[in-house]
Amino acid sequence: MKKIWHKIPEQVKRLSVLLIVIVAVFIVANSLLTPKDFGLVGHYRAGSIQENADRELKYAGQEACADCHDDLWKLKNANYHKNLSCEVCHGPSINHTNDPDQFKPEIPRDRTFCVVCHEYNTSRPTGYPQIVSEAHNPRKICVTCHNPHNPTPPQAPKECSACHAEISSVKSVSSHMDIPCTKCHVTTEKHRLHPREFRPTKPVDREFCGQCHSQSAKADKFIPRINMVTHEPRYVCWQCHYPHLPEAQ
Amino acid sequence: MESNLKVIDKKVERRTFLKKIAILALAPIAFGLLGATDKLKTVKKWMLKNGYVPSNHKWGMGIDINKCIGCGRCAVACKNENNVPKVPFFFRTWVERYRIYENGEVQVESPNGSIDGFSNLSNSNRKLLRSFFVPKICNHCDNPPCVQVCPVGATFIGEDGVILVDSDYCVGCRYCIQACPYGARFLHPETHTAEKCTFCYHRIVQDKVPACVEVCPTQARVFGELTKKSSPLVRFLRMNKIGILKPSLNTEPKVYYANLDVEVK
Repeated sequence: MKKIWHKIPEQVKRLSVLLIVIVAVFIVANSLLTPKDFGLVGHYRAGSIQENADRELKYAGQEACADCHDDLWKLKNANYHKNLSCEVCHGPSINHTNDPDQFKPEIPRDRTFCVVCHEYNTSRPTGYPQIVSEAHNPRKICVTCHNPHNPTPPQAPKECSACHAEISSVKSVSSHMDIPCTKCHVTTEKHRLHPREFRPTKPVDREFCGQCHSQSAKADKFIPRINMVTHEPRYVCWQCHYPHLPEAQ
Repeated sequence: MESNLKVIDKKVERRTFLKKIAILALAPIAFGLLGATDKLKTVKKWMLKNGYVPSNHKWGMGIDINKCIGCGRCAVACKNENNVPKVPFFFRTWVERYRIYENGEVQVESPNGSIDGFSNLSNSNRKLLRSFFVPKICNHCDNPPCVQVCPVGATFIGEDGVILVDSDYCVGCRYCIQACPYGARFLHPETHTAEKCTFCYHRIVQDKVPACVEVCPTQARVFGELTKKSSPLVRFLRMNKIGILKPSLNTEPKVYYANLDVEVK
């Protein structure tokens, strides 16, 4: 044993002592500096999950509103705004649920708020109720006609363009501009009040367009005519021609 | 041969032989049991103060593009709920508007993260083919690039699948901001630590939905458990045609889009 010890060169002995000291310092420092909960559930400090969970709430959630305001809650849920949470319009209200007397939620009343959702925008999905605010009763506050908790229009819109703004604006510059909507779409009176439940009809066959555009049609001479037998008989007209703007390519 | 057998017979008695065999057989089982009870203890032990056990959950979000109206209420609510600076460039969630023109040109914009609203004006003289809004948020990837690159272990994926940031540990090196392929992270201008969507972690541990889901007027956002059949998210995934963002990166996002257009990146 002693022989082997003497055989090891002096510099290797010193270096290995140094190495042992470095490793020992690393182990001690690592155990002192690493928080106790590091690695408890994963390669992270478990306590930081608690810190993330401890942040303050700002939005109470609509169930909290229902406890006291059950009349408004029921009214809202029976009408078009049923999917709307109270705090969309009234703002974050956890303070109000904690101390109802001191903190009052905001009540937006001016015209700029409702149009955030309801201003006409080409990118919005079809069927979503939109208005052009410059043309829609200018300077009147929305709540004078619409109850926000029951926003059904107080009077049924008279014009189709009130809801179908995009179609009517396109049609008004097309060669079909003089044709009323009801010529092609049979629309019941109930559609004005319940647009989704009572939908207007749409033409179903080629012969409908043929009433004006076939060669035998008894219509004005300036209307373009086609041969109903030879003109693409396998398709219906609106697969190629957009009826609200037939001159589009 | 004969002499060898005799030696073995003499040295090992039957009793001692059987004893040793029994000990050898039982030892690994005993060790295994000890280890198992230890593991059970840690699983049972780790929960939050209010009794929320992360390993019992697996959160995700669904977003229906056909329902989004681009009102930006989600971005406003997120800033309110999470104390995000109320200036542009800092968003945990935001809404983008895509406009796709006849010549294949795609315009993407998000004025102040959708909070300022979207204008109908267009600087293209081409015909608009289609247009829609895409809400964006941290995708809470199952295979998160931001966690891989963090040099100090300050960002991590919890047992419930939510990617969180340990702001005490974060050194503000911005490596995770560079790594995120969805641009969902930013450096908080005051604390100088990385910030991101946490699915409103303080809300979901209290059985509340995230603020953006709470205020979405058209229910374009759906939040829930991915592994529980009764969750609204599982129903959303069953009923819709689902896409994810940048599937080629294999990040395995847990934010699922319904009716996603191929142009959305």
